[in-house]
Amino acid sequence: MPITYTSGEQIEVYRFSIPVTVGVPVLALFLQSFVPRRFPYFSYLDLPLLVTIFFAMARRNPISGLFTGAAIGLAQDMLGAYPIGIYGIAKTVVGYLASSLGAKLDVENAGARLLVTLGFYLVHAAVYFTVARGMVSLTLDWSWSRGILAGLANGFVGVGLYFVLDKFKQRT
Amino acid sequence: MESVLGRYRNLTILVGVLFLQVLGLAVQVKRSADAENTRLIRIWAVGVITPFERGLIWVQNSSHNVWHNYFFLRGVRAENRELKAQIEQMRLEQVRLSEDAAQAHRLQQLLAFKEQFIAQTVPAQVIGSSGSDLSRSIYIDKGSNDGIAPDMAVITAGGIVGKVLRAYPSTSLVLLINDQTSGVGAMLEKSRLQGVLQGTANGEVVLQRVMNDEQVAVGDAVLSSGGDQIFPKGLPVGTVTKVGAGKEMFLRIQVKPAADLSRLEEVLVVTQKQERLAIAEGAGRVRAADILAQRLPSVPDKPAVAASAPSSGSASATTQQISTPGAKPVQATTGTTQSATVTKPSGSPLAGNNSASSSAVSAPNAPAPPAAGALKKVVQKSSGEPGVNADSESAVRSQDGSAATSLSPPSNSAPSNSATSAVKPPVKQSKPASSEPVPQPPAAEDSPH
Repeated sequence: MPITYTSGEQIEVYRFSIPVTVGVPVLALFLQSFVPRRFPYFSYLDLPLLVTIFFAMARRNPISGLFTGAAIGLAQDMLGAYPIGIYGIAKTVVGYLASSLGAKLDVENAGARLLVTLGFYLVHAAVYFTVARGMVSLTLDWSWSRGILAGLANGFVGVGLYFVLDKFKQRT
Repeated sequence: MESVLGRYRNLTILVGVLFLQVLGLAVQVKRSADAENTRLIRIWAVGVITPFERGLIWVQNSSHNVWHNYFFLRGVRAENRELKAQIEQMRLEQVRLSEDAAQAHRLQQLLAFKEQFIAQTVPAQVIGSSGSDLSRSIYIDKGSNDGIAPDMAVITAGGIVGKVLRAYPSTSLVLLINDQTSGVGAMLEKSRLQGVLQGTANGEVVLQRVMNDEQVAVGDAVLSSGGDQIFPKGLPVGTVTKVGAGKEMFLRIQVKPAADLSRLEEVLVVTQKQERLAIAEGAGRVRAADILAQRLPSVPDKPAVAASAPSSGSASATTQQISTPGAKPVQATTGTTQSATVTKPSGSPLAGNNSASSSAVSAPNAPAPPAAGALKKVVQKSSGEPGVNADSESAVRSQDGSAATSLSPPSNSAPSNSATSAVKPPVKQSKPASSEPVPQPPAAEDSPH
């Protein structure tokens, strides 16, 4: 059973040290900027999104999750070519939803994490495209095939990444 | 009210954070003309990330250089020989092409065309990218401190890459041509059809705005048209890979970029362009035919006979004479050399201004024609001076360009020489009373090379 509904008392809430809280998102942003230069297909991954989902679900606090998403998204916007705020809004929504979901569901196993990551990738893309086309008038085209494939790729990478990041969890 | 906010505290904060970001976004969109309104915070983000990228690139290049400069030198001699042979071939090809280019320049000059030249470029190294599959942009390690400014063209030896979107002090953000928001004025090389090159969601490059009744073939080369005022005209953009029906009445032409946009390492930023009228650069050019003529054996001088023959000045010379009005225009062509006489009114600009022709006159004791007189232009092929050839060319061009000119044998002077011996000028009529020594061209140097 990949996803189990548990009461709030049964779910453990984790916290992270400051170096991990700051260093992991910065490292994700750096890798996202640097690696596609050598491996173009790496750009299909969204490491900052995976980090947002992980921190939000681990902390299980909606406010913490939305601020984490906003900070990482805005930093990602600053490195990009488009106006600042598109990624920020999308990751804010994802951070809020992921932490809200994490507060209600136990998504510790790999299958649940894969599905959750795929779902949040699509939510992120939907918000991003809505804002980009509705507010900024960017002529972005959505491709379902590319979206699903990229979502699955992010899901599989996310499962591995979450397994590594689990090592930095600290019980409250 | 407080109870409502307390009950929906999380949601309220979410809405507040989203509202602030939407507000910030709206401000940026409204001030889109001023792209610098978010400059400071972008500099902070770039300043945090790019030093790591620079460091990694430095380490990577250092190890690469050590390998290539010390351990990877096998076969360099053989490669050097092959390259030298290629250079020889390319030199010959260059001579031919430069002649074509000079002709094109002359035509452009005639039509007062303006040309754009890449006057200055700054080499830069790619150190990063936006990292998103939704926006395709790269970071380079040169910024405003190096003279980089927004809207400068970025190219490689292969073709165009993109344009500078933002210039920071030591780095710059370059928008690639396969980004969905980019647009490049482009045209098809063969048909000269113009369109707009844009990126797609999948990172492909598509040439749009070409009518669907036009003939476009797969494999056609695409060049920059210069219409975007960013890329100079004629730079390679890519080749057509697929042609299909597009929206409305336009074709959807898929283009494979000439530059490998996914594996960029070094690029050139065009920091300075020049626009000037086309200048005919025929003067000083060496033609392929001249090079071959220098290498071929030629007929030696006849020094003794030269004294008796009037103005037998040049052994292997092409002689042009500008005669007075009234000279009978007759075309005379020898087997290998032409003796051309341009018939012009004496007051014609050609007669009056061609100092090179005047200096080359060698018509001793010939009856002086009125005004400019009979100008005999001796083109010393053997001298190898490019300027002389150019004079010859210009004279021939003037001759071709004027309806009043014609080729005729000399009537009152005798440009007969050994090389033009097939021409049978009326020697008796044109022979001067005394045969003064004629300035000899360096015919002795005309020995076979």
